[in-house]
Parts: sequence; C-alpha cells; structure tokens
Amino acid sequence: MSLNRNVAAIAVGAAGLMALALAMVFFVAPEDADQGISQKIFYFHVPIALTAYACFGTGAWKGLRLLWTGAERYDLESYTAIHQGTIFGALTLLTGSIWAKASWGVWWAWSSNQLVLFLVLFLFYCAYFMLRFSVEPGTRRARVSAVYALFGVALIPISFLAIRLANDFIHPTVFTRHGAQMTGTMLAAFWVSWAALLLLAFVMYRVELIGKHIDANLRDLRDILTAR
Amino acid sequence: MSAYAADVAALARKDLRLELRAKDTLPAMLLFVLATLVVFHFALPPDAGDDAAYGLLWVALVFTALLGLGRAWVPEREGAALDGLVLAPCDRSAIWLGKALATLAFLVAAEVVALPAFALFFAPLRGTALLGVVLVDIGICTVGSLVSAMAASSRTRELILPLLFLPLAIPLIVGGVGSSISPDGGKYLLFLALYDGVFSILSWASFEYVVTE
Repeated sequence: MSLNRNVAAIAVGAAGLMALALAMVFFVAPEDADQGISQKIFYFHVPIALTAYACFGTGAWKGLRLLWTGAERYDLESYTAIHQGTIFGALTLLTGSIWAKASWGVWWAWSSNQLVLFLVLFLFYCAYFMLRFSVEPGTRRARVSAVYALFGVALIPISFLAIRLANDFIHPTVFTRHGAQMTGTMLAAFWVSWAALLLLAFVMYRVELIGKHIDANLRDLRDILTAR
Repeated sequence: MSAYAADVAALARKDLRLELRAKDTLPAMLLFVLATLVVFHFALPPDAGDDAAYGLLWVALVFTALLGLGRAWVPEREGAALDGLVLAPCDRSAIWLGKALATLAFLVAAEVVALPAFALFFAPLRGTALLGVVLVDIGICTVGSLVSAMAASSRTRELILPLLFLPLAIPLIVGGVGSSISPDGGKYLLFLALYDGVFSILSWASFEYVVTE
C-alpha cells in the first residue's frame, strides 16, 4: 500500500525535523536572560499545546464532514484525531506543570490560563472516550461522537474566555509567560519545533488510523469466516 | 413556523403533564437543593463570608439541574417512545426544544423555592445575580437536554451524564459566580448570553444527529 510507504517517509522526516528542533533549541537559540535553561521547555510546551488544538480542530472538522456527507470513514478519522489531541493535551499538562515548578516553584498554578484550559479540555475529551465506548458501534455512535467533537471546538474559545473572566474574581494575573520579545533565532527554534511536533502528530495519526483499518478489516474477515 | 411552535408546545406540555401525574422529578429536585444548602451550611467555616456561599449556590443549582437532566429522557426511553417521536412528521429539533423548555420549567420551579431559602439561610441575592440565574438556567437546559440525550443512547446513562455535562458547565459557573459577586456583573451577564447563544444554536442544529440512526 503506497499510503504506508508515505507514512514511513513522513516519519523519517518528522524524526529529522525533531532532531533539528532539539539542536536549535539547545545550541542555536540564546538562553533566556531571566529564566535561564528552564525557559527551553517553552519550545516544547507551547508547540505541543498548539498541536493539541490542531488535533481537536481536525477531529471536529472530520466530525462535521461525517454529519455532512454521512461517509463512515470520517468517524474513525475524527476519533483518531481526538485521540492524538488528548495525548498532546496530557503532554501539555505535564510540560506546563514542570515549567510551573521550574519558574514559580509550584507544580500547579491556577493563574496560568493555558494550564487551566487544558485541564478543562482534558476532562471534556476524556468524557468523549467514556461516551464512545459506552454506545453500541454503528451510525448512532458515529453521529453522537461527531456532535460531541463539534461541541469541543465551541467549548475551547468559550472556556478560554471564561477562565480569563474568572481570573478577575479569583485573583489577578500575577505571572506572565511572554514577557520579553523573542529574538530571531528563538523564534526560528520555536517554529521548527512546532513544525516537528505537527508532523509527529500527523505521523502518529496516520499510523493509528492504519492500525484501526487493519483491525476493522480483520474483524470483517473473521465475521465472514465464522459465518460460513 | 407556527406549526413548529405548536409541536414544541405539545412536547413540552406532555412532559409537564407526565410530571404532574407521576410527580417523580420535581419533588426530588426540591428536596435535593434544600438538603444541599443545609449541607453547605456545615461545610462552610463560620468566618467564610458571603462570597463563599454565593459560590456554593451555583454548585447547588448545577447539581440540582443534573438530577433533573438525568431523568429527562426516561419517559422517551421507556417503550421506545423516542423512536415514535423521531418518526413523527415534525422537525427533530422540536423534540429537543420541547425537552429543554420542560426541563427549564422544572429547574425554575426548584429555584423558586431554593433562592428564597438561600437568601434566608445565607445572604440575599442582588438583581444581576437573579438575571445570572435566568441566563445560566437557559444554558443548562439547552446544553443539558442535548447531552442527556447523548447519555441516554449509551449503556452507562446516568453515570456518564455528569462527566459529559460538567466540563461544559464550567463557563456557566464562572458567569454565574461573576454575576453574583463581581462589582462588574454586567460583563458576566454578557458572557452568559454569549454562551447561551452559541450553544443553543449548536444544540438546535445538531440534535437531529443524536437521535437518528
């Protein structure tokens, strides 16, 4: 299958780009004047978060396509994209927590809007899996999952706004992450890192999708054989 | 359009009549919200202040609503009445709107008792907070009716409903708390109106896909 060969090539590309990103982050980009070495996690934390958004967006888009066209393949694609998004969302929480410890001395900071938003989204998308696995497979499940995925992309900006508003009465924003402007090489390292993570997410998405397709084909085959 | 309104009214009336005859949901919601307020009295330290009580009020309202939403689609599920409704020659979104209105009626009825009780036990509510209650109710019932229809189509039903609903209700809690304690309450009312608008349209447009095969 040519698709599988392409995935292998893209996987090699993602690995190369990731190596380049690591090299740029640690050897090319200058060390941050305030935060020192701990600021380096920024080059992973923020691109991982942006990649997670991209995955959730893709999942919702595929869900919309499913409702629009009724084509069954979008169900699996939507599910896989959200699965990847949840993985990257969990990584965002993890890297954010490490960064919070390094720069503020606490593992969790409610004043970090990005972290709180990802916690809400993580809970929301974990419930997606609970829902999906408790509905009988079929058109109904595909449609319910797609609608829930669409609710997710509406929830992202609304929650972001809500968390910003909540800061007014919970506590004023004390910490800001993007105090100083990034210099040229810092920006370049950031972009390369983001490109590498996006490509990595794409490869993981394709690999999971291929695995799911093989799984489904195998199940069909088994059904045919047992029916005989 | 008037046919659509008639369908919605008929469906909502059906739920209200069922409730009047069986009296399943509303007494449970009333008792629950009162019991919750009493629990909160013992959960709050004596010097907690009014702001903490206002915060807990919204928790009580959301959980009371969850109690009602958990029962929302039970009549439709029994005897597969939902299949009949889906086959009926009416717009499917009317089923959702009828359910949302009936749930809203139950929730408002519970609040007619709960809010004076809150004022009596803890602290009086100001005008913006009451407007906040109305807007939050609309948000809860529109989103909740759709999400509970999703939960009703799953095996785990009542178990999964809070998991689906609570992350969606967090912005409502923020808006509600803001409208009752922030000096700039209008901003939060505006936010709640935005939430209601966005999620009403989304629920209205997508309900059909949740109930059809």
